[in-house]
Amino acid sequence: MSAPGISLEVRNLRKSWGAVDVLKGVDFDIHAGGFLTLLGPSGCGKSTALKLISGLESVTAGQILLDGQEVTGKAASDRNIGMVFQNYALFPHMSVAENITYGLKVRKVAKATQQASLKRVAELMALSPLLDRKPAQLSGGQQQRVALARVLVSERPIVLMDEPLSNLDAKLRVEIRSEIRALNKQLGITVLYVTHDQSEALSMSDTVVLMNKGQVAQIGTPKDLYDRPANTFTASFIGTPPMNLLAAKDVVLPDWVASRVSAEQADLLIGVRPEIMHILGDNADFSARCTVASVEYEGSVFLVHLRTQTGAAFILAHHGPDAPIPGGEIVVGWGNEQAHLFSRETGRRISSS
Amino acid sequence: MNKRLPFGLAMVLLFVPCLLLVAFTHYPALRALLNSFWNNASSRRPSKFVGVENYQTLLEDDRLAQIMLNSTLYALGTIPLAIGLAIGMALLVNARLPGTSLMRLSFFMPTMLPMIAVANIWLFFYAPGIGLASQILGVFGLPPINFLGSTETSLVSMMFVAVWKEAGLFMIFYLAALQAVPENLKDAARLEGASATRIFFNIVLPLLRPTTIFVAVNALINAFRLVDHVIVMTRGGPNNSSALLLYYIYEVTFSQRDFAYGATLTVLMVCLLGVLAAVQFWVLNRKAHYQ
Ligand SMILES: Nc1ncnc2c1ncn2[C@@H]1O[C@H](COP(=O)(O)OP(=O)(O)OP(=O)(O)O)[C@@H](O)[C@H]1O
Ligand SMILES: [Mg+2]
Repeated sequence: MSAPGISLEVRNLRKSWGAVDVLKGVDFDIHAGGFLTLLGPSGCGKSTALKLISGLESVTAGQILLDGQEVTGKAASDRNIGMVFQNYALFPHMSVAENITYGLKVRKVAKATQQASLKRVAELMALSPLLDRKPAQLSGGQQQRVALARVLVSERPIVLMDEPLSNLDAKLRVEIRSEIRALNKQLGITVLYVTHDQSEALSMSDTVVLMNKGQVAQIGTPKDLYDRPANTFTASFIGTPPMNLLAAKDVVLPDWVASRVSAEQADLLIGVRPEIMHILGDNADFSARCTVASVEYEGSVFLVHLRTQTGAAFILAHHGPDAPIPGGEIVVGWGNEQAHLFSRETGRRISSS
Repeated sequence: MNKRLPFGLAMVLLFVPCLLLVAFTHYPALRALLNSFWNNASSRRPSKFVGVENYQTLLEDDRLAQIMLNSTLYALGTIPLAIGLAIGMALLVNARLPGTSLMRLSFFMPTMLPMIAVANIWLFFYAPGIGLASQILGVFGLPPINFLGSTETSLVSMMFVAVWKEAGLFMIFYLAALQAVPENLKDAARLEGASATRIFFNIVLPLLRPTTIFVAVNALINAFRLVDHVIVMTRGGPNNSSALLLYYIYEVTFSQRDFAYGATLTVLMVCLLGVLAAVQFWVLNRKAHYQ
């Protein structure tokens, strides 16, 4: 059943509903067999992008290319795209088996072939004992697997998934996450995945497209997004807790940055990950004096809420046997390689060379 | 909100509705049941207990047989048609077309009008010679028909009015049900390559089934309770061709003043409606949900 995946290219995709511009020119592409995730806050246009790509909605402008062929004007049914919907969209009046084979039936695939495909997919997704049940008689995880099975049975070269794990509990989510990833790798299907959960995006994808208000904020590998956020939006979206962004005046800067601040009159933001900073960093490249506002215990780390002298709040993720005491004054520091510099005005990253 | 009602007021609020219920529903029903075992009183002799004699009359009543047939035909003829029409109108109104709210209003209008008004309007439409229906026939060069005045057409003409009036009401139910059909189910079917017609029959129609059951059983009950149209339009005539059960009860009881037999017929109708209501609850509980 390994339908080898096909590539997808999206060029300057735009969608407006009346006067509201939901997508304002989105570009990205996935190579055949790749796993790309659209990540972004609620309402940034992720589902809209999927609807345009699948053909369920028409584009306002832009192009969609599948396997190098333009499909922008084609009907949804002619694009050979599979889709897993956010709430699974299982047909409530059909049994699991009927749900899975519905597409085959519509396309008039021979009965025997239908049954063979059903059997194979049901085994793959461990659904064989459940085939006669109605969707309402299944658990969330089982429904999820039926939705996946329905897409797999059609042997589509590319599958779109709209927050497929959002209704599941944390444990199941991790389980199915790796199942989806395995399907992508084993079967070679191209996957375009949508989520607002960054840990899902970072752990599964080859490439992440981070979206903000209908525009692409950054495209890159999960590591790119984490290690080199291109702008303050990415910096403050990726990471739990996300990167601290401190004003230059709150930080004791090394000479090469300090000279830059005065030379260019640039208003800099200094970004640093909470888990990178360490306490008592007087002799670190960067340091900041601050008071401890409160401490949260998170299991493996303490989240220490700090306040700079000018009152700006930021967070330190402290590993260690015990945490600083609230009310106390500490100095936190970090090295040159761990500092991210952003322009306050444009929000863009400033290369730290 | 947690203030407690004074005990006296609570009792008043409890007893007034109960009293109304007993006075106008339970007591008359019981009274009818009792009356159906007694014969009519006259000036010369008082009413006396006759057992099931009235029920024997009922079984031998040719006129009743005709009327039950009429009622059944009426139900079978109007309900599927009205449901079909209602689904069609609901689909039309639910589509994103210009002017749908106006359409919605015009479809629903017949339902908002009082029965008597509707019947009078149609009385005029059906008037032989001068009525709209006859004039339309005239345009096509067809001879006028006395719609309400002939045994062949009176029942059908009344059924037509019922469909016209009921379909608008049913449409509202179907419209609500259609709007509750999740968009992504249709999207999923579309991606599988299903045509719009196919989506309707495979996805939408099955999801409308609970509504259809609800509407059908209610319509069935209404069909046996209908009386207003009959009184205004045909008075059951000619020759009982358009008489329905409730109208017959009305006639027996208040025109012929045969209270005993009227009571017997009432018991028959209450039993019939009871059975239909029971079927409705049973079917709705068992079949109407996909949970
Ligand atoms: N049919 C529509 N008509 C008008 N506006 C719409 C329509 N569908 C979506 N929108 C708007 O487009 C924006 C993006 O919606 P979209 O569903 O793509 O968000 P999303 O990124 O998928 O969010 P979420 O993570 O909450 O699902 C929202 O502001 C939404 O209100
Ligand atoms: Mg969405």
